[in-house]
Amino acid sequence: MIISIASGKGGTGKTTVATNLALSLDPPVRVLDCDVEEPNAHLFLKPRFEASHTVTTPVPSVDEGKCSLCGKCGEICQFKAILVIGQTVLTFPEMCHSCGGCVEVCPEKAITETGRELGIIEEGRRDGVEFVHGRLKVGEAMAPPLIRKVRAYEKADGLTIIDAPPGTSCPVITSMKQTDFVILVTEPTPFGLHDLELAVGAVETLGIPCGLVINRSDLGDDRVREFARTKQIPLLMEIPFDRGIAEAYSRGIPFVEERPEWKEKFRALYQSIQKIVH
Amino acid sequence: MKELVVISGKGGTGKTSLIGAFAYLAENKVLCDADVDAADLHLLTKPEIMEHHDFQGGSLAKINREKCTECGLCRELCRWEAISEEFQVDPLECEGCGVCVYFCPEKAIDFPLSTNGEWYLSETRFGPMVHARLGIAEENSGKLVTLVRQEAKKLAEKDHRDLILTDGPPGVGCPVIASIGGATAVLIVSEPTVSGMHDMERVADLAAFFKVPALLCVNKADLNPEKARAIEEHAEAKGVTILGRIPFDPLFTHAMVQGKTLFELDGASRTGETVRTIWEDLLRTLNR
Repeated sequence: MIISIASGKGGTGKTTVATNLALSLDPPVRVLDCDVEEPNAHLFLKPRFEASHTVTTPVPSVDEGKCSLCGKCGEICQFKAILVIGQTVLTFPEMCHSCGGCVEVCPEKAITETGRELGIIEEGRRDGVEFVHGRLKVGEAMAPPLIRKVRAYEKADGLTIIDAPPGTSCPVITSMKQTDFVILVTEPTPFGLHDLELAVGAVETLGIPCGLVINRSDLGDDRVREFARTKQIPLLMEIPFDRGIAEAYSRGIPFVEERPEWKEKFRALYQSIQKIVH
Repeated sequence: MKELVVISGKGGTGKTSLIGAFAYLAENKVLCDADVDAADLHLLTKPEIMEHHDFQGGSLAKINREKCTECGLCRELCRWEAISEEFQVDPLECEGCGVCVYFCPEKAIDFPLSTNGEWYLSETRFGPMVHARLGIAEENSGKLVTLVRQEAKKLAEKDHRDLILTDGPPGVGCPVIASIGGATAVLIVSEPTVSGMHDMERVADLAAFFKVPALLCVNKADLNPEKARAIEEHAEAKGVTILGRIPFDPLFTHAMVQGKTLFELDGASRTGETVRTIWEDLLRTLNR
């Protein structure tokens, strides 16, 4: 089973749910941190890293000796990543979406592709939990290709947990599509509700079953619960605000380690998801 | 004209609550919500929308089945696997690169501009505001961010307003890059956690990469004062100016639930005083 954890908004506790859930279940469990802009799950799981790979994306490289300056590459490119100016071809690798159009269109076969570094993937493990995350290079805008590489580590056995980035645009969609279930983590505040509504919209677009975990459930108001009721989204778990949990978080400690009674609740959470999916 | 962009590396640090408080304190400014993916500032400012405009950020391929001969060239060329065996384009997968459109021998693929969202010019009790809403599952948030900031700038110039207060998106990727270029300064709102430290470092590196001066304040600082100090030390070593600490205070949540800024709920509180001091230091730094 593949469960993705999303929230619309950052800081609601996605990583908390992902890591504590992983540590409460029997192996095989793997956590894929797809929040490649700000991967945080490793700070809590503290895996021993065993392998690291550089991830690249293809970008054009022009052989000026062959180029006839016809300008077709610039015409086909929708992202302003290549154009002919005067007697040279300029490329802007940061703008390139790696569609390969310029290579295809070039009548002189003057364009080949070289790899531009997007970031790295690191693999590790911690006790029974396998762990993979991507780390986008700072200054790099193309998260989805790196996310796709992280998701290549999904396996059919046991449970794969995907920690998705915040928001509802391309990186989140890339992280949650074709998963079996989405856990939406929210907090019971107007900001939490507003972003939850957007996230539910995204999940509905993808047609994936989802359920709700409310974090800091005693701060704020009741509108998130009302929304869940009208939308018939099952409320799977509530985690109250607890200064002890907040302080454990601040030190990078998954709270099931300090409050082992919560392991049972996370197991129950997984069981209720299994019932919904099957 | 100055522009301050508030960013955080990650959501949930209190960026929007803080910018709401600044909106109350700042004079003669334009508000700008550049977190187009999950805009929240309007929940505090309750804007009255004066103008709304469609945002068209790109095109999507659309196969005209009457002209299509199912030759399969488009499927072969598409690197996003966006075209099904039935020759339907999945709009969620289509990158809008137009390669299939260009090469289709039958000219059977259309490439219409798609509407990806809306943007608004509004009035609020704190002054004018520019904000937007990106459609769900849409791309091009970077382009929409750029547009929202340009409109805020135009508005400020027209109305002779000397400050733009911009609520930035989380992360360090495309939308954040679009939100900080050319800003006078960025204010990083961090929290005293291991992930807060990690996120602050990445976003401070990003600001340095784009040569925008960075300032820092640590929110919820008393949840882990040691970590707060460590974050400030790391930030300082990266050339970031430290502005101060804000305690964990449920007052922010109470204010948010009522759709108010901190100062409208309890400006005389200790947290209120702290935020006011941070704002005054911030203004001095901006005007230096």
